[in-house]
Amino acid sequence: MTVLALTDTAPVLSRMHRRRWMALSVPVILLGYLAYVALAFDVPGLVQKARMDNAAILVSDFWSHKVHITRDNRTGTVVSAIEGEAKGTYPAGTHPDWVSVQSDVTTIDLGGGHVVTYDPAGARYLVPGYGTIDITRDGGGVKVTAPEPLPDWINVAPNRVSVTTDHGRFAYSRSKVETFRYFAGWELFFFTLDSPFSGKSVSELAGLALWGDRVDPARANIVAMAQDFWTNKMWRHADVAWAIFETILMAVLGTFGAAVVSLPLAFMAARNTNPVGPLRFALRRVFDFVRGVDALIWTIILSRAFGPGPMTGALAMLITDVGSFGKTFSEALENIDEKQVEGIRSTGANAVQRARFGILPQVVPVLASQVLYFLESNTRGATVVGAIVGGGIGLMLTQAIQTQKDWEEVAYYMVLIVLMVMAMDSLSGWLRARLIGRG
Amino acid sequence: MVDIAFGPEPGKRPDPSAPGHAVMQAIRRRRLYGGLLLVIFVAVMASGFQVAQDRNAGDFLEGLSRLDDFPREVLSEAWANRANLPRLMWEHLPSLVETINIAAVSTLFGALTAALLALFLTRGLAPFPRLIGLLRRITDALRAVPEIVIALVLIFIFGSGPIPAVIAITIHTIGVLGKLFSEVAENADLKPVDGLASVGATWGKRMWFGILPQVAPNWFSYALLRFEINVRASAILGFVGSGGIGYDLKIAMQWGAGKYDQVVAIFIILFLTIVLIDRLSDRVRRKLTHGDAQ
Repeated sequence: MTVLALTDTAPVLSRMHRRRWMALSVPVILLGYLAYVALAFDVPGLVQKARMDNAAILVSDFWSHKVHITRDNRTGTVVSAIEGEAKGTYPAGTHPDWVSVQSDVTTIDLGGGHVVTYDPAGARYLVPGYGTIDITRDGGGVKVTAPEPLPDWINVAPNRVSVTTDHGRFAYSRSKVETFRYFAGWELFFFTLDSPFSGKSVSELAGLALWGDRVDPARANIVAMAQDFWTNKMWRHADVAWAIFETILMAVLGTFGAAVVSLPLAFMAARNTNPVGPLRFALRRVFDFVRGVDALIWTIILSRAFGPGPMTGALAMLITDVGSFGKTFSEALENIDEKQVEGIRSTGANAVQRARFGILPQVVPVLASQVLYFLESNTRGATVVGAIVGGGIGLMLTQAIQTQKDWEEVAYYMVLIVLMVMAMDSLSGWLRARLIGRG
Repeated sequence: MVDIAFGPEPGKRPDPSAPGHAVMQAIRRRRLYGGLLLVIFVAVMASGFQVAQDRNAGDFLEGLSRLDDFPREVLSEAWANRANLPRLMWEHLPSLVETINIAAVSTLFGALTAALLALFLTRGLAPFPRLIGLLRRITDALRAVPEIVIALVLIFIFGSGPIPAVIAITIHTIGVLGKLFSEVAENADLKPVDGLASVGATWGKRMWFGILPQVAPNWFSYALLRFEINVRASAILGFVGSGGIGYDLKIAMQWGAGKYDQVVAIFIILFLTIVLIDRLSDRVRRKLTHGDAQ
């Protein structure tokens, strides 16, 4: 008894001992690895390099916009422009209602008692609870008179003065003086300034659409609104809708095209449907190669041949997916129940009939479910591929990011992409449930 | 038997070969629907390719004949300079390691976060069942954001480097693994949890000793599969903007002719790495899920 027990417990004890060592050493190894990676990625340097001011711009731009009131100090002309863009410039001589221009004196009401005045001598900024910041031109430079000591939100350089408050930003230089006022929301999302519907409230618009007189005698108001919205020059809704469509098109063509190509190949690569060993082996290696080369490299090779565009993106995804589908489809074919095939064979059916009535009914649910999973992930992938091949929403997104100022458009595209992928996700989930009978 | 069921008159017997029979009608209707679906599918695919073709800069058939131009140009130059290849491969090894590190770190962080998140997402395990719906929507959103979006925005703040890629891939990994892990946890046996609860174990202990041992093999297998996918994603992200082998590849490609040996060297080490990781994770996953460990 005792002898037996001893020989039995030894391996158990040693295994427990090993377990305890594992439990200790795995976290230590992971921590060591993380420390090495932190050094390799230069995390401390990153903290210094990080541009938190950029982050602030980004966050505020995501949900708000600013209106620039700019005076050219040489000619004296005052221009109001949303985001300072040509597309958002007010027609000459017109300004938002919080700006008043009387001959050569411009008064800008920033709200909360903050008032900026431009006049021929210079400019003044009245900050409640602090006083007036008075700026006058002084020979080649600018002269600032303000209650001492100057707080840190006033920045004075020899040729330039800038003031940043909660209500806006103000900057004076020799050539021009600018005031920015911030507003929540995306500017001109529905109508640009050249549309008669710009700046109207929802109730006014509803009134115009339903019973108001025609603004443009040639078109019904509601048609005019739809057209002005659709052709909005700043947000380009028509282009964005097309880009979304193009992205989904790439994903659909890539996924289903790959499924169509892989099905016959999978039959040739499965042990039970193709008795020729060398051919099976060759096909499997082709699938491995195609998968190993990776979507990135296929995309590059194909864009050289076909040029930029959605067709190239669709083909790149098609080729990559043939590698994955070929493998999984042929595995599914090998896992079928041979009895059904045997039954069909006993009726004297040929190979095609056996495949159609004996094999396909068994594998179609499995294959369809896989294809639909890929459809969803390819929709997301099409954004990245689109950025490389120059098609779809991925291209618009990378372009908007590269300008480094249209962050509200970046936010808009991000929201659209997330909604698009979630929509494709639920669509493929719904289709899967319909085809296979469960979610 | 048929006579007993239907009576002696032959007219009442079911005749499946008769054209008006219900079974035949059903089969015919199914065939019709199947045929219609096939026609619609073919039409959609054909018109889709037509649209894509119209929007493309180059023509499909014309491009087909030029398909091997670029690879041939690249390969012939690389062949001429084949003596350089080993040295170039060696030179790009650090970037390859960086790409793998990006994938590994983001899989690690993503999987750990997802493991915790999954317990919060699973009915019967969640400590706050009311939050399940909200957390699931958040997970869906995390999954839906393509890595490139987050990476490019973060590059604006952090400058180009591996960190934006790590954060971007981690966020996506949390979304994907959170969902998969929770699906595994849903199928876990709740008896150990009840047993632990009856002896007064806290929620953390119930999960650690009751659930984790059951789900660990499947979770680990999913995490490995993600690592494989993340290596590819990290290479692509490098090409679009962040560090790693993808960035090297972009630089070499932009240079064009003259650096094609470098392009080929990068291709080779990237290809070998992906195949190797694919093989390894395939083997480990098979062991984990089929249980033939020793």
